[in-house]
Amino acid sequence: MSRDVALECRAVVKRYGSVLAVDGLDLVVARGECFGLLGPNGAGKTTTIEMLEGLLTPDAGVVEVLGRRWADSAADLRPRLGIQLQETQLSEKLSVAETLRLFRSFYPAGPSLHELLALVGLESKSDARVGKLSGGQKQRLSVACALAGAPDVLFLDEPTTGLDPQSRLQLWDVLTRFKASGGTILLTTHDMDEASTLCDRVGVVDRGRLIALGTPAELIASLGAAQVVEVRLADGAVAPPVAAVESLPGVREARVSDGLVTLGSTAIHETIPAVLRALAETGSAVRDLTTHSATLEDVFVALTGRHLRDG
Amino acid sequence: MAESMGRAPFWPALRELTTARMREFLREPEAVFWVFAFPVIMTCALGIAFRTRVDEPVLVGIERALGAAAVAGPSTGAADDAATEAATEALRRAGGFEVRLVAPGGVERALRDGVVQVVVTPGAVPIYRFDPARAESRLARLAVDVALQRAAGRADAFEPRQDAVRAVGSRYIDWLVPGLLGMNIMGTGMWSTSFAIVTARTRKLLKRLVATPMPRSAYLLSLLGSRLAFLVGEATVLVAFGWIAFGVAVHGSIVALAVVSLLGALAFGGIALLVSSRAQTVEGVSGMLNLVMVPMWVFSGVFFSSANFPDALQPFVQALPLTALNDALRAVMNDGEPLAALWRELAVLTVWGGASFALALKLFRWT
Repeated sequence: MSRDVALECRAVVKRYGSVLAVDGLDLVVARGECFGLLGPNGAGKTTTIEMLEGLLTPDAGVVEVLGRRWADSAADLRPRLGIQLQETQLSEKLSVAETLRLFRSFYPAGPSLHELLALVGLESKSDARVGKLSGGQKQRLSVACALAGAPDVLFLDEPTTGLDPQSRLQLWDVLTRFKASGGTILLTTHDMDEASTLCDRVGVVDRGRLIALGTPAELIASLGAAQVVEVRLADGAVAPPVAAVESLPGVREARVSDGLVTLGSTAIHETIPAVLRALAETGSAVRDLTTHSATLEDVFVALTGRHLRDG
Repeated sequence: MAESMGRAPFWPALRELTTARMREFLREPEAVFWVFAFPVIMTCALGIAFRTRVDEPVLVGIERALGAAAVAGPSTGAADDAATEAATEALRRAGGFEVRLVAPGGVERALRDGVVQVVVTPGAVPIYRFDPARAESRLARLAVDVALQRAAGRADAFEPRQDAVRAVGSRYIDWLVPGLLGMNIMGTGMWSTSFAIVTARTRKLLKRLVATPMPRSAYLLSLLGSRLAFLVGEATVLVAFGWIAFGVAVHGSIVALAVVSLLGALAFGGIALLVSSRAQTVEGVSGMLNLVMVPMWVFSGVFFSSANFPDALQPFVQALPLTALNDALRAVMNDGEPLAALWRELAVLTVWGGASFALALKLFRWT
């Protein structure tokens, strides 16, 4: 195996009772790469990342981290990994500095307390109790705890879920700097913006399987349509058959559901007049029409027929 | 980035975990109250309730035969009145009795509620009614019997010489305070350790900790270590209070008392780790703690001597860690025994603490 590989999963399976959470997943993350696992809730993202973190044992398949396996190298691996869990609530009675000093004490080497505070921009909150922090500050503290041992690999499970836009940007900034210093990042998210902004490559996970893999640009290009046209029909309007819209000029892909006509298009200046004409012919009244550049969300919808937020 | 790094450091982790645990505890005012103030309040209340009653009178009920007099006519009524008067007078002359009249229908209730300790129905052949399950009731019957027999003319065979023990150190409160100390070492140790663990588990903090290189034994030892630190304060407050408020002295060495207390705290810390090693909710662990502690409140001689239990139960009673702790604390505080004389109790505590810690480390669920 290559020295450039940081994380690898081969045919990994994990079951919870009769539920198949991860179903034969293959994944390779290179050193220095920021890799995003994208998928709806319950897709198997957290289970996958926790198997890589050594917190869960796969039922079948192989997991390798920095070229080693958890079964015989846990003591060597732990100091080299930084882990942030989605659900951990740090002790509210301790201050920011006390919490960081605690986590720093677990590692043989790492940044000083002041360096850690500076890394996540919490210098002014050093003496504040964790219970008094905002959601964004708590999340940055949680990431600082993960950075306490100067890890080679950083695992982040939905790091920005529930954060306001400002906090989200601050956290992205922290991660960008970690990556610039040569660190490897594996993060899970159901936020396409996050995946496109931070990640070199994205793996789309659905029902425990990796259904698409590539750079955000590659995935979007795989749609074959740079633009998306969405036509919302008036309440009670008759929906046109898919056949009536999928062969219109410029259209590469079409879906009709719940009063919404979605068209992937390579030429919206041709597609828009044509779809409006087609709808007039089928007698479908239009409420509004919007267009946007194709995103990872559209990729996900095209692959699964569901939206990421649907869960 | 470094290819190989050292192993996780044990001592810095233990020190930081212990400090963090102590900070968390001290920043929880309610917890501090229950650990430090509650035992003192309880000692005070029990000390007053069970204070030495040197010249307390024996409470005697004389059954007032009102109903009987009314039904049987004036002549028998007069006879009853005379008998009642004679008995009251006999008890008054003997001294040490407080006589209360009890209506015939109220005898059982008066005995049950402790309003009187024995009820006498006067007559040519008096009837004594008492509760043999209560020591003070049996004593009251004897005292009443002696007074009435003497009044009826029985002579004493001899006049014994008597020596009443009233020395400090042999009162009930002297016996009670070490028991309360033992109970407190058990209670606060079990509750605070278990709650800290279960809270950390439900908040997924344990899972986060095992995602670091933290040595797992350091976490469990930090819980015991912080317990020992608080024990010093807790035991000092209780012993000092017993001494100032009730004059309960420590007859043995303070070092012996400290060693016994520390070993007791470690034993119960270990048991607490075991009890909470798999519990997922605070409610669940509360039930388990009660299951473990209630038998010891009953059997281990906190409020009354464990020697009262039948011989068949004694092997069980003596194997309980709280029995060992209470016996050792009493031996040090009341009898001034040296540590060497307490090897059996100390061994029982060591085995409980060591075995439960080892088992907890195996069973402990971190996620």
